[in-house]
Amino acid sequence: MDLFNQIEQRILILDGAMGTMIQKYRLKEADYRGERFAAHHSDLAGNNDLLSITRPDIITAIHLAYLEAGADIIETNTFNAQRISQADYHLEDLSYELNVASAKCAVAARDAYHAKTGKYGYVAGAIGPTNRTASLSPDVNDPGYRAVNYDELHAAYSEQIKGLLDGGADALLIETIFDTLNAKAALHAAMDIIESRGAVAHPDQRSSDAQLVIPIMISGTITDASGRTLSGQTPEAFVISMSHAPLLSIGFNCALGAEQLMAHVAAIGKTTTTGISAYPNAGLPNAMGHYDQSPEEMAALVEQYCQRKLVNILGGCCGTTPEHIAAIAKVAAHYSPRPIHETISA
Amino acid sequence: MQTPKLLLSGLEPLIATSESNFINVGERCNVTGSKMFLRLIKEENYDEALRVAKEQVEGGAQILDVNMDEGLIDGVKAMTRFLHLVASEPEIARIPIMIDSSNWDILEAGLKCIQGKGIVNSISLKEGETDFLAKARKIKRYGAAMVVMAFDEEGQADSFERRIQICERAYRLLTAEAGIAPSDIIFDPNIFPVGTGMEEHKENAINFFKATAWIKENLPGALVSGGVSNVSFSFRGNNQVREAIHASFLYHGIKAGMDMGIVNPSQLEVYDEVPKPLMELVEDVLFNRTVDATEKLLAYADANKSDAKKESTADLTWRQGSVEQRLSHSLVKGITDFIEADTEEARQKHERPLLVIEGPLMQGMSVVGDLFGSGKMFLPQVVKSARVMKRAVAYLQPYLEAESAQAGNKAGKVLMATVKGDVHDIGKNIVGVVLACNNFEIIDLGVMVSTEKIVETAIRENVDVVGLSGLITPSLDEMISVARAMEEKKLRIPLLIGGATTSRVHTAVKIEPHYSSPVVHVLDASRAVTVVSDLLQKESGAAYATSVRQEYERVREQYAAQQSTKNYLSYAESVRNAAQFTFDATTITAPKKPGIHVLRNIVLRDLVPYIDWTPFFQSWELAGRFPLILEDEVVGTQAQQLYADAQKMLADLIAQNALEARAVFGIFPAHRNEHGDIEVESTSQNAAHHFVTLRQQLKRAAGQPQLSLGDFIAPKEAGIQDYIGCFAVCAGFGTEEIAQRYTQQHDDYNAILVKALSDRLAEALAEYCHALVRKEYWGYAAEENLSNDALIDEQYRGIRPAPGYPACPDHLEKKTIWSLLQVKEHIGLQLTESLAMYPTAAVSGYYFAHPDAKYFGVGKINEDQLISYSQRKNITIDEARKALRPNLND
Repeated sequence: MDLFNQIEQRILILDGAMGTMIQKYRLKEADYRGERFAAHHSDLAGNNDLLSITRPDIITAIHLAYLEAGADIIETNTFNAQRISQADYHLEDLSYELNVASAKCAVAARDAYHAKTGKYGYVAGAIGPTNRTASLSPDVNDPGYRAVNYDELHAAYSEQIKGLLDGGADALLIETIFDTLNAKAALHAAMDIIESRGAVAHPDQRSSDAQLVIPIMISGTITDASGRTLSGQTPEAFVISMSHAPLLSIGFNCALGAEQLMAHVAAIGKTTTTGISAYPNAGLPNAMGHYDQSPEEMAALVEQYCQRKLVNILGGCCGTTPEHIAAIAKVAAHYSPRPIHETISA
Repeated sequence: MQTPKLLLSGLEPLIATSESNFINVGERCNVTGSKMFLRLIKEENYDEALRVAKEQVEGGAQILDVNMDEGLIDGVKAMTRFLHLVASEPEIARIPIMIDSSNWDILEAGLKCIQGKGIVNSISLKEGETDFLAKARKIKRYGAAMVVMAFDEEGQADSFERRIQICERAYRLLTAEAGIAPSDIIFDPNIFPVGTGMEEHKENAINFFKATAWIKENLPGALVSGGVSNVSFSFRGNNQVREAIHASFLYHGIKAGMDMGIVNPSQLEVYDEVPKPLMELVEDVLFNRTVDATEKLLAYADANKSDAKKESTADLTWRQGSVEQRLSHSLVKGITDFIEADTEEARQKHERPLLVIEGPLMQGMSVVGDLFGSGKMFLPQVVKSARVMKRAVAYLQPYLEAESAQAGNKAGKVLMATVKGDVHDIGKNIVGVVLACNNFEIIDLGVMVSTEKIVETAIRENVDVVGLSGLITPSLDEMISVARAMEEKKLRIPLLIGGATTSRVHTAVKIEPHYSSPVVHVLDASRAVTVVSDLLQKESGAAYATSVRQEYERVREQYAAQQSTKNYLSYAESVRNAAQFTFDATTITAPKKPGIHVLRNIVLRDLVPYIDWTPFFQSWELAGRFPLILEDEVVGTQAQQLYADAQKMLADLIAQNALEARAVFGIFPAHRNEHGDIEVESTSQNAAHHFVTLRQQLKRAAGQPQLSLGDFIAPKEAGIQDYIGCFAVCAGFGTEEIAQRYTQQHDDYNAILVKALSDRLAEALAEYCHALVRKEYWGYAAEENLSNDALIDEQYRGIRPAPGYPACPDHLEKKTIWSLLQVKEHIGLQLTESLAMYPTAAVSGYYFAHPDAKYFGVGKINEDQLISYSQRKNITIDEARKALRPNLND
């Protein structure tokens, strides 16, 4: 059964944080470098995406842990794997390979899990926001300046998406969107590449049953108490801006905990007929920068999403672990998903 | 509940339903329609051009039309520039944009600039179906709706029939071929002028109304728009008449189903307020009701020429407030229009120009900070506020400079960096620009900046403030490292901490204690200016720093109070949760050779198998496990070379007997006392000694004990005699001399090599002795037969923890070992004042033989254990605190 059918039948579970899990390994510069990049001329510690090449064992193990916790969809370790972000590490030319390698780690975990349990997981290619904004000027003296433009973003995302699909990703997840223009470039690239491969993004668009469907998921980030994205959009404006392609789901992740995020998730329900996703952080970071919301606490909050029928897909972002995902999966199993194909109301 | 007929967005959504009112599209940002706007763009006076946009939004425009089609300007460039600037004005950017051009390149350039869902105005069948569909598909990819002109290969539709024929064809192509949603199709069935005096124009308005009604009836979901001003083109110069025509045209157009129109929203006349006689004349023209309608309206127009142009509708009541209120309003709203005049007024009111900055302007920024902090402002607005601030400061600049000749007032130099391991810099950049706007010189080192570089640059550039930023959790530790390094260099530069994961508590608890100069956590960009200014105030800076320091002291106390109850057990509780091991004949073996034993003339060759080479390579910063490292793709060659050199030197050292290795160890009867410490009992060979132990206090997982080394030794009441061993070994007698010889020959490589080898030999010696003790002297593992790898993996029974290492972090206990074993007397290994061993290639520690003995880390301990420790050790609290500093939970 495809994802589009599934999200109408039950609440699907997305995995939890990759960075939080990697941190637990307390990796050192040498781990990031591995043998291949031992002589690289700049620091690589913190380049988590690179671990898909230098420590695929760790990345695959994390994916497997999430599948075992009950995740239906796992996200590739590619949050910063496009060339704009990789330029900080002088690894921009590694972008395509990073995405292929990361997708392969996820596919390997998925296949191993399938072989063991007979259960089937989906691999979503994670497409992050990059570290630049196409809608904001970093130079206050020149508000017209942009550190990155649409064409550069489109090119970088195209390269990333090709890598993700070549590595075996089943779906694409454009996430942690803080500037909608960046995300529009990503969605544009995704549609271009899906089309160039003779595939479609939605089963309704198939000209034959054999045609490949590559679902697209969108997830924005409400940065702070203003209730807007970093680039200033309200949740509804964000959804309207991203709804020109047929989506599997749209929703929010990161920056806020389940408690703070719920109102925003509820608000977008009336502006879209696609599935809705939410994968909040494990609460807000405490004073020490750590997320300390327990799996039980988070699951209790997320249960309200289920009770209110707000979502089709649930998962976790920063600070969440396989224990959190297991707790969320347990709760979500008792509820039916948000009914979709309702008309949009104003 | 209504299904929307239109969904658009700027920063905010624009959702229209069939019951929504007519949507105004602001028309003034159009170089072909507005002479003034054209002049502003040609002169690149974008500030004024933006004002034109803002006025329209304030006047009620719901969508902003932007047109840069002029032969003399670079339309792509102007469109891009203007839309970028619009994006930085949240009050304009909140509404959707209509990108208006007849040039595809300009349309596409515009589409690449808008984050919201806007409208392209326009495309048509002028160049045929293929071109039309290709453009429509592209617009869909960019996520915009589209205006479709009633225009085809034959030309522009001027009759009702042509209008509906073209629109019907376009609708069919767009929905069936290009998959465009009907709600994204907006037809413009051509609004042409009336009252031109030409026969063929007389039906223009009527045909538009008819076509509109037909479209709404026959092309479901599609919308209708039009450029309204065009209809009154013949009446230029008479605004009253033009506005009356627009009012009537819109009234009837909307009745026919017109959804939106391009208008001047601030000049929309209300239909009912148009004088009746005028409206009669106007509608005679629009509906072609009389043959002389045009002549009559022209006559009326001539007779009533008026320039009663309406004032801008922008609300300026805020201008009536005090100068402080006005400055604050301008900062909060990001208005630059009056900032110079208001700043001048404030300057005259204040004694010194700097006081204007520190007074009303900073107060305004503080309001901005509060609003931002409480979620009532968002980032683009804060950045805008910063720009207004910069204008005000720039205005004051000459006065400040004139004054600084006497007062020496200059804003300072600020070093900014995102710490090592972190690549997030958006927040840092914002702080940088906000500070730069306030006349601070910014040295931005970028991202992933090492501690060394930060400190070195701070010194070289003689900066006034260092600002660190980081987003991810590991960055917090890097910030601590920077604070430590600054302290080591005895810097007196204030340190600012910012970034998403940072907090006042973390700064107070973890960073500030490491640096004796001010450390301040900065909540957000808008506060950075206040904090830096306060810190650098000549008169009050020190007082501010003290107040921050006191505040952080309080934060630490509160935190400690919370922590001790949260994650740590009290010392008494952790003692109660001590490990309970079995002490009987199966776990305790009496030593075969008790007492003290000294080994001299140890054959170096015997130590070689015990060498663990992995740390040797680590000491040369070559990462990898031995022997795999020799085959490493990257460092393999270097590792092989180094290993070969080491082997050669080792062979020479052995052959020439250049180093001497000595060891002393002993096994003594001992028991655990009631405080959990270890009492070494006196024998004929040794006096009684007392080893003080430390116990884990950090809460452990359920069922896990709080460990202390004392737990591995039997208490008296167990009724069985237990034992403890101690050792001190050194393989470095002679190392120093050899290293010095190399250094004199300027051969640093071999000098380091001999030291590194000596260190390895000392560890090997400790391993060698431990094996001897297990198998022979104590003899509890006589049959043990382990490979070197197994030894390195510590697969044997018993442990040999060393003072200064995690299980017993207290270096002071070395003194007890020295006294018990008479180390100095027996083997000449000395303990320096700072409790380091000399020669340095040495290891000392305890032997525990209990099968359950294992290595562990004491971790952080609390004040209650510190007090107990000082009493058990009979030293003052301060001495204890100094000895255990790294392990104190603070």
